[in-house]
This record gives sequence, structure tokens and C-alpha cells, in this order.
Amino acid sequence: MSLDEIKIGGMGASRRRVEDNRFIRGRGNYVDDVVLPGMLHMEILRSPVAHARIRSIDVSKAWEIPGVRLVLTGDMMATRNLAWMPTLSYDTQAVLATDKVRFQGQEVAAVIADDPYIAKDACEAIVVDYETLPVIVNPDQAKASGAPLIRDDKENQPDNKVFDWEVGDRPATEKAFEEADVVSEIELHYPRSHPSPLEPCGSIADFDRSTGKLTVYMTTQAPHIIRAAVALVAELPEHMIRIISPDLGGGFGNKVPVYPGYVISILASILTERPVKWIEDKTGNLISTGFGRDVYLKGQMAVRKDGKILGVRMHTISDHGAFFADAQPSKFKIGLMHSAFACYDIPAAHLTAEGYYTNKAPGGVAYRCSFRVTEAMFFQERMIQAAADDLGMDQAEFRKVNLVRDDDFPHRTPFGFLTDSGQYGKCLDVALEAIGYEQFLKDQEEARKNGRYIGIGISTMTEPLGAGNSREYDILGIKMFDSAELRVHMTGKAILRTGAKTQGQGHETTWAQIVAHELGIPADDVVVEEGDTDTAPFGMGTYASRSTPVAGAAVAMVSRKIRAKSRKIAAHLLEVSEEDIEWELGRFYVRSSPDRGVTIQECAMAAYSNMPDGMEPGLENTAYYDPPNLTWPFAAYVTTVEVDPETGVWDVLRMVAVDDCGVRINPMIVEGQIMGGLTEAYAMASMQFITFDAEGNCVGSNYMDYLLPTAWETPGFELHEVVTPCPHHPIGAKGIGECATVGGPAAFVNAVMNAVGHLGVRNIDMPLLPDRVHAAIATRSDISGAPPVRTDAP
Amino acid sequence: MYPSRFNYEAPTSIDEALALLEQGKGEAKVLAGGQSLVPMLKLRFASPEMLVDINNIAELDYHRFDADGSLHIGALCRHEHLEKSVEISARQPTIAAAAPLVADPIVRTRGTFVGSVCHADPQGDWASCMVALDGHIVAQGPNGRRNIPVRSFVSGPFQNVLAYNELAVEAVIPAPQGTALGGYMKLERRVGDFATAAVAVAVDVSGGRVTRAGIALTGVGGTTIDASDAAAALVGSSLDDASIAQAAELAASVAQPRSDHRGSASYKRHIISTFTARLLGGIAESNERAA
Amino acid sequence: MTSLYEEITETSVDIPVRRVTITVNGEKRSANVEPRLLLAHLLRQGFNLTGTHTGCDTTNCGACTVLVDGRPAKSCTMLAVQADGHDVMTVEGLATASELHPIQEGFKEEHGLQCGYCTPGMMLAAKALLDENPDPSEDDIRWALSGNLCRCTGYQNIVKSVLWAAEKMRNSAG
Repeated sequence: MSLDEIKIGGMGASRRRVEDNRFIRGRGNYVDDVVLPGMLHMEILRSPVAHARIRSIDVSKAWEIPGVRLVLTGDMMATRNLAWMPTLSYDTQAVLATDKVRFQGQEVAAVIADDPYIAKDACEAIVVDYETLPVIVNPDQAKASGAPLIRDDKENQPDNKVFDWEVGDRPATEKAFEEADVVSEIELHYPRSHPSPLEPCGSIADFDRSTGKLTVYMTTQAPHIIRAAVALVAELPEHMIRIISPDLGGGFGNKVPVYPGYVISILASILTERPVKWIEDKTGNLISTGFGRDVYLKGQMAVRKDGKILGVRMHTISDHGAFFADAQPSKFKIGLMHSAFACYDIPAAHLTAEGYYTNKAPGGVAYRCSFRVTEAMFFQERMIQAAADDLGMDQAEFRKVNLVRDDDFPHRTPFGFLTDSGQYGKCLDVALEAIGYEQFLKDQEEARKNGRYIGIGISTMTEPLGAGNSREYDILGIKMFDSAELRVHMTGKAILRTGAKTQGQGHETTWAQIVAHELGIPADDVVVEEGDTDTAPFGMGTYASRSTPVAGAAVAMVSRKIRAKSRKIAAHLLEVSEEDIEWELGRFYVRSSPDRGVTIQECAMAAYSNMPDGMEPGLENTAYYDPPNLTWPFAAYVTTVEVDPETGVWDVLRMVAVDDCGVRINPMIVEGQIMGGLTEAYAMASMQFITFDAEGNCVGSNYMDYLLPTAWETPGFELHEVVTPCPHHPIGAKGIGECATVGGPAAFVNAVMNAVGHLGVRNIDMPLLPDRVHAAIATRSDISGAPPVRTDAP
Repeated sequence: MYPSRFNYEAPTSIDEALALLEQGKGEAKVLAGGQSLVPMLKLRFASPEMLVDINNIAELDYHRFDADGSLHIGALCRHEHLEKSVEISARQPTIAAAAPLVADPIVRTRGTFVGSVCHADPQGDWASCMVALDGHIVAQGPNGRRNIPVRSFVSGPFQNVLAYNELAVEAVIPAPQGTALGGYMKLERRVGDFATAAVAVAVDVSGGRVTRAGIALTGVGGTTIDASDAAAALVGSSLDDASIAQAAELAASVAQPRSDHRGSASYKRHIISTFTARLLGGIAESNERAA
Repeated sequence: MTSLYEEITETSVDIPVRRVTITVNGEKRSANVEPRLLLAHLLRQGFNLTGTHTGCDTTNCGACTVLVDGRPAKSCTMLAVQADGHDVMTVEGLATASELHPIQEGFKEEHGLQCGYCTPGMMLAAKALLDENPDPSEDDIRWALSGNLCRCTGYQNIVKSVLWAAEKMRNSAG
């Protein structure tokens, strides 16, 4: 009798989460919860200015404070070759400033003391003499002639440019524009935003001189990458480095890069011979760690009068801050920006990209963005909306004319990606039906007559998730496969370890569901571990929605290896040949005599007690999975809003989300990811941003200025699903973690623009704060760029 | 995140507190709710030598209406006490409207009305209510008690006129001259945000006419702005459209907003005008319904 | 903890400390603390109750929420000395030895948490709400929890979790 897959917690079950058992009891084990005997505490002194030469640093008063054990400056780090470290993008980043500070909040000194209060007292006692330099806060300033050189520490860096990059077919695109009936243009700024997980970053470094082993507890989404980086930077042998990423209070990409604090804490532990804990405060996190976006996106779309898109041109200018520290596949300087327009059947496209250094924190790719795909899809859907308006065509109709059709797969996108599956039209139809599209348009006309501004916004997109195949994807040369190791004990219980690292996505729950699906072992019988490099097989970690596509595939593959060996054991136990064995969930049986069978648990016991002749005992295996391609989920997000023209305040009326992420392992968890992503989309569209004044002072370095929506502002979400399995993924799943963050913002912005578009307003750059929306309405003109800061002009 | 060191005392009587403040010679700060002071200590924007914690002075924990109709709010009355008070809801609508908009629900369990007024944050909601309601602070010092009208109480951003050895023990809202009507409207981008701009309106109505009015503005100047001309324009009126429009315009004209990342100065002034009109319009409607 | 010894360091002499006695989760606990020590840090480091988390430095996020005399308070914005003589409930006090609190059950049942970092504070704020209002509407819940930030869930399942718990608590109250 076959097992009920849902009952054993297999795929499709909304299995309640294993990790909840400790979290709801307050028994999580986050880095700051870890206490090691003799532990010291580290605080970092940060630069108050954005660009300045360091004339001197006087740490004498800091040393005098009782309880201070060590004070580190850049010069001290330099004697050990640790003042600078390599970044994940082949640049270098200062660990502690030596010659100059290059952004407000940059690390200048560190104090290690008996407790963090004393460490903070000592930081306050350090006197730094800064000679301020002119500040660059945007790419325009960075590329102006005569602009001060930010990276004068680098050889062969004559200016502030980080890169030029290009992809696509320029001649074909030019031709498309020549043939166009209508050319639409749009220019956008995607403001700097920050992942801001609730838990800030931190580490506890513990170097044991007697064994030579370095153990570091660290808030990292990619412990193995960190181990490799530490081996390179600290020149310690890799087998003597153990990185433990315990529970993480959110990641969203913020916990991928290597931060100076980690490196300093490691050196501090080596020097003090004690464990050293560094936990940054929220200001440190917001002002110095990996942010996302801050890109200028400009482009044109060539359209035929029947609505067919002939070509697209894009130009992006990205602001990387003072160091190029993005964690992204090394081949792509602007991430996967060229995945734009992948869901539309467009014959030609061309993208050019420039990147610049500025006096701001380093980053750009670190916020639930799938490597810049948030920017790509935002541009895409804003461009689509503008083109439909310019053409005088209905928004939904325009998309339907151009969306890739179900029978067009595999489909080569205009920038050269290969998408493999989808029911794009159906997803859009489900969304339009759910929101009552036709009726809303009628309501909108009525409302306008009564001076009420309501609007509807659509955002449709497919995005590349699951980086990625070894031909194209690597970080620092390390290929982006992932792994799973499964050991089945003699009583049929199992332990699974992967190279991914959950930060709230529920891997302890969902990976066991894949094992249950493949082997019929109840999910409750499978314990899942991640995050300890001493035990976990090598993986590239969890970000860019790559876990289900890559590590999840590895879980399926290793389970199949276990099943293959079990089949041999079953044949031996049933005394038939392997060809006579059939499988149903949890059980092998004899084809010609189905009630003769053995359970997977019986096979497990036999692997330790009754092996076939010549078979290696035990029942365990490892799978490393090099994904053949990316996976391509699709989403259609539709939002309705009402704008108060007198104040510019806008409210979401309804938000409908239709997601197709292929086969869903755990529907409850998938929906949780979507809702979390939609909230971040709403946040970015409405209030969440970081900006800088002319002196490089950061506005948005604490939660008073960096606004996260509360339960009160956040709208409710209506979720729907379509399922188009991924043809190449072992369980037909696609990624989902970032879809809503990627596709969501355009839905909100498009809705507000639709509400006020009849006034001649074409674009309001995010965040759509009330004053900006009001200004657009009052002046009937576009609002571009980040919010201004303290101009003192009326 | 970590305050610098300070000495700490927790007196159990007003006299004890005053003695400590005297001893402190200006280097001591009073700790009540702590929802403004503790954050400042943590960011090291304030480094007093001593904290005088008044939370154990039970006699300061009250709010009540006196027989003459005046509202007395003791120094330990928490925001949420005012928010939940049925009596205040009925008799002091401006206070009732503002209470749920102060900070967030958790801060409101500890933060105090009087502490907030003393903190004199130009973004402070309660100071605007006090100005609109012609309230005063009762300060107790070595020479006994004195009343300080709120308009003279705040002397600048985060500055009040209390002497170093004085303790604010109570805030008093005078009895209304008729039926008390009013409201508070605040533009905040999310719960807990400081106001982009806000307006407090309080009008006393008798026989269908406004007998007293107060309008005060939050977040559009170095301190709370007293829109007295706007208020004066309402006195004697029946809250007709023309008077309301005039009051709204006058209120906007005395706002002194700065352009910043919350909005341009002209936008904030526009909000003042819009909110003043909306508040008064709402009050006029409910006044008509009540009539 | 032991009374057998207490190490004296150069930092522990001459720094004035105050003795505080706080009833934490029903148990009287005492400590000598510097006045500047935040309540959150006494709970986490002093009493090893690491379920209360710190997520910001400006009293905005609510991850540190505990119940003081039954009312929610941000423990990062209280000095430990202010809790002297008072009752404090942390997340560790929600469950009994044998049973989870319905709020904890509700959060698990309705997927009201992902990374778990905001969860202790969120659940305690919810408990304070349900103690006063056993039958809250969705708006009541969103309003009561508007002092607690969450980055993962989008709040919708948190609301469902609280509604689930409210119903269970009403049903068992009879």
C-alpha cells in the first residue's frame, strides 16, 4: 500500500516548520546568542565624513580605559597585510582605513574590550584628525572632468569609472528602431535601498593557538565562500578554518559580502588569544554594508503600430560606492540586468552599462534582487507601461501581444538567455480576472468624473533564478554548483546536509520534504543541517533564489542515489533480480507479486546488517549539482490604488499576485516568500530609500530615516498560483524567494502613474512619497531622482 | 547602542527628587518614560552625570478632570492612559485624536505626556495640543509651584525654561468655554515616523458660535508654531466655509518649514493648509449634526 | 551561576552598581548592575535569556519587546535599574513546562514567522493585545503590532496567527 505523500510531509504538503519549534520558544541560536568562555567584545569606530585624508589617529586615551584589551588601526592591520582585502568582484576594500576614508561610516579603528559598553567608551576616546576632501555622491559627479579621484590607492585607476559593459546586438537593434512606428523613451532612477534584515551582521572569531584552528561564528549566507575568502586573506590553511553560520535573522543578500568587521575580529582573536565577538549596530549595518540598487536606467522601445515590440535599447549607470564589492557572477559586471524583457518576444535588444565609484558605502547587488534583476524588471515594466501609453494601447493587451507564447519554448531572449517553460498569458489572465480588470477601468472613468484618482498597475516578468551552470557562472572563479549529503541510519531515519544556508526560507522543513518525496521516508524522520563548513558539503550558499533550483536539485539527486542503492538491497532481500523490482513511495516490491515487498526502512537496516555480497555497507551519498540552466518562474502582479490629489498620499486598494514557480515543495512556505517579497516591493515603491546630501552625509542610516512599513501600512495580498514545471529540474521546481521583490515594485508604481497619468505625468521615481506624488500632480510634471536633502530652499 | 556612564537615583517623593536636582547643579536629567531620553543616551547625544528617575513617585501617576472641567495630567501619566480614557474621548477630542498618533503602541505604554512636552521636540505632537488648548505646565521647585503657560515653556528646539532644580509635575488643560471640539491630523509616512507636518485644532463652541480657538502646527518650524491669527479668525464664527478657508490660509502662512527629504517647504505649508481645512470641516460637520 | 566565586577584574572595582530584583517569568532574579545597562542586555547577557533580540538602535523595531507588568515595553529603551521591583515576561515565559501558549501555536500553525528574529517581540505584543481584547479585528491586530517590524513575512500571516490564537483562547475560556 503506497504511502500518502501529503501525510508523510512530502512535496505539496504545507508541512509546518521544524525551525519554528525553537524560534517560538526564543531558543534560536543567532550569532549574538553564542557565548564562548573568555569572550571579548569589539566595537568599530566609523568615519563621520565621506571623503578625507587621515592626518593622524590618536588611540592613547582608548588604551587607558580599564577593560580595554586591544585597539586596532589601519596601520597595525597593514603590518600584517590586512589593511586591505580582496572583494568578491576582484577589487580591493579597506578593512581599516589607512590613507583616506572614502565613505561616511567607513571603518577607521576597532576596540576590543571586556564588554561592548567599555569598547564603545574607548571608541569615543579615539581622536582622528581628518582633512576633508571634495565629495562625490552620484555618477554625474564621478565622471565629471576634474573630479577628485576616489581610488587613488589603486594602480591603473585614472578616474572613478569601475567598468564599461555591453551585451546584445547593436546593429539589429538600430535597424529595429529605424523600422519603428513609435519610439518610447523612459528614464528612471532606482534609489539606493538596503536589505536591512532585522538582525545586523556580526561574528565571533575564535583562534585556538594550541590546535591552529580558527572557528568563526558569522552571519553569512555563504559559509563556504567565507572559508575560501578567509583562507586567502588571512593566509590560514583552509582545513584549519571553520565557519559556522548558525540561525540568521534574515539575510536578503546583506549577509553575503565579506565585511571588515569579520576580518578585524579574526585578527583580534589571533592577537588576544581569546574569542572576539563583533556585533554591529543597526547604524553600522545601514551605513556601511551591502546595499542594493542605486542605478540610473534609461532606455527606448521601438514599437510597430499594431503593438509588436521590435527592439529595446537600455543604458544603465550604476553607483557602486567606494569599493566594487558586489557578490555576483564574475562574468557579468551589471549582474543579470540583461535578463530584462525575457518574457516578451522581442527580436533585438542592446544594453550598455557603466559603473562608477562614489563616496558612499560599497555594494549595489545585495537586496533580494537575483543579481540586479530587480532593476531589470522594474525598467522593463515601466518601459512597457510607457510604450503602451504612447501607443494608445491597453496595458494588458499590449503585454498579451508581446508575451512569449506557451508553444514558443525553448525561447531565446533578446539578450541571449534561454527560457524553457511558462504559461505567461494564463498567469496574466488569472490576475486580470481576479482583480476585475474590465470593471476597474469603468470604475476609474466614473471616479475621475468625481475628482477621485484611482489607478491600476500591471507587472509581468520572468526572471533567471538558480545561478548557475559552470560554463557561465562563477564567483571569484568558484563555480556555482551546490550540494547535498544524505546519510540514512539503520532505523531508516536520516540526516541531510547541504551547501545552502537558510535565513528564514525554511530549508530544515522543505529539504526533508524532497527526501520524503524521493524515498518515502517521512519528513519528520529527516533532520536537516546547514551552515557549518566542517560538516556541510561545499556549496555557494543561499541568495539570488538559487537554493531550490540548485541545492534542492542536489537533494533530489542524492536521494535518488540512495534509492538506487536501496533497490539493489531490496532485490537481495526479496531474492529477485533488480529488473523485477518496482518502486512506490516508501516501498520496493516484486512486479509479478506486488504484495511481496520491503520498505525503505527495511532496506536501511539491511545496509548495516544484511548486505548483498560485495556491496559496501552503509546507506549514504553526496550529490554535487551543476544546474544545466537557470530556472524561469513567471509572475503577474496587479495592484489597484487610490491617490489623494490634495496630499499625494496613496493607498493600496487591492494587490493580486499570480506566481508560477513550477512545482511547489511547500505551498505555505512559497506563499510566505511571496508575501514577504511583495511587502519589500511596497516598501521600495512607497517609502524605503537611502540618500545623501552634498557632503556625503547618509540619510537613511537608522530606522528613523530608513523607513520600513509596519503591519499598519502594509497592504493585504491575494495570492494565486499557476504551475508550469521546470523541464530540467529534477523535481520540476523553479526559484521563488525574490520574485515578488523583483516584479512587485513596478506594479505599485505603474498603478500610481495610471492614477495620475491623465494629468500628463509620465514618471515619478521611487520612493513615491506623498510630497513627490503631490509635486507631480501639482506641477503636472515628472519627478526624477532621489529625494532632496535639506536644501533650505522653499 | 551603549550609553556612557552616569549616576542614578530613584527618589520616591517629589521633595527627594528636587533635592537631587539641586545637588546635580544642572548636570542631572529627569527620567520619566525614557522613550526620548534613553534613545539619546544610547546614541550619546546626551551624557548627563546623573539620572533622576521619577517613576517611583506614585503621586505623579494620574490624570483627572477637576470639578471646574480642567484636565490635569500628572508627570507619570503615560500616552496610552490618555489614549484609552473614555472620558478624554468625550471631553477633550484634540487630546483623544492625537494620542493614537504619538510614536507607536509600545512606546505609548511608557512615554509620558509631560515628559514629551518637556522634551520640546519640534516634532512633538503633545506640545501642539497644549498650545491649541492654551495649556500650562506646573513646575515645582525650591520656592514651591509655578504655572508656566506652554507658549512660554518651550524656548527652542529641545529647550524648555525649567530651572535646573525644577520638576514639571503636571500639565493642565483649562476647562473649555462651551463644548470642546477638536482634532489632530498628522502626515506620517508610517507609524512611528516623525510628522512631515501636523495640525492640532481645538475650538470651544457655545450657541453655535466659536468662543475660543487654538491652532498649533507640528514639524514646520524650530518649535511648535502657534497659529494664533488663524485661530482668532475662527472666534465668533459659526465655522462656516469662509472662516475655515481663511483660518487654513493663515495657518499655512505662519508655518516655517524646511525643505528636506520629507518634502519641500511649500509642500509642508500646503499640508498645513489642507489639514487645517479638513479638521475644521470635520468639526463643523459634527457640530451641525450635534446641533 | 554560583556563589562560590566571582572574578574581580580591573573594571569591576570602583564602578558604582545597583542591586536590582526583577521577577522574570515568575522567578525572582537579582543582579548588581551599572545604571547604564539596558534591560535588554541584562536579560540576554545577565540572565541568559537570549530569546529577546535587539534589531535597531533607535527604538523603532520592537524586536526587544517584553512585557513589564503586563504591558509591552521595548527593553532596549529601558534601563535595567528601572525594572527593579517589577514583573517582566520574556518569550521564554510564554510556554509552561508542558504546553505552548496558544500564541506560539498560532504562529507555527499559520506560518507567522520565517527567520524568527522579530517573533519573540511580536508574540509578546500580541499577548498584550489579546489580554485586553480577546476578539480583535484584523485592523486591531495590525494597529497593536505597528510597533514591531518584520522583514520576512509581510505581516499577513502574523495577523492570521494572532486570529488563530485568539479563537483558541476564546474557545478554551469557555
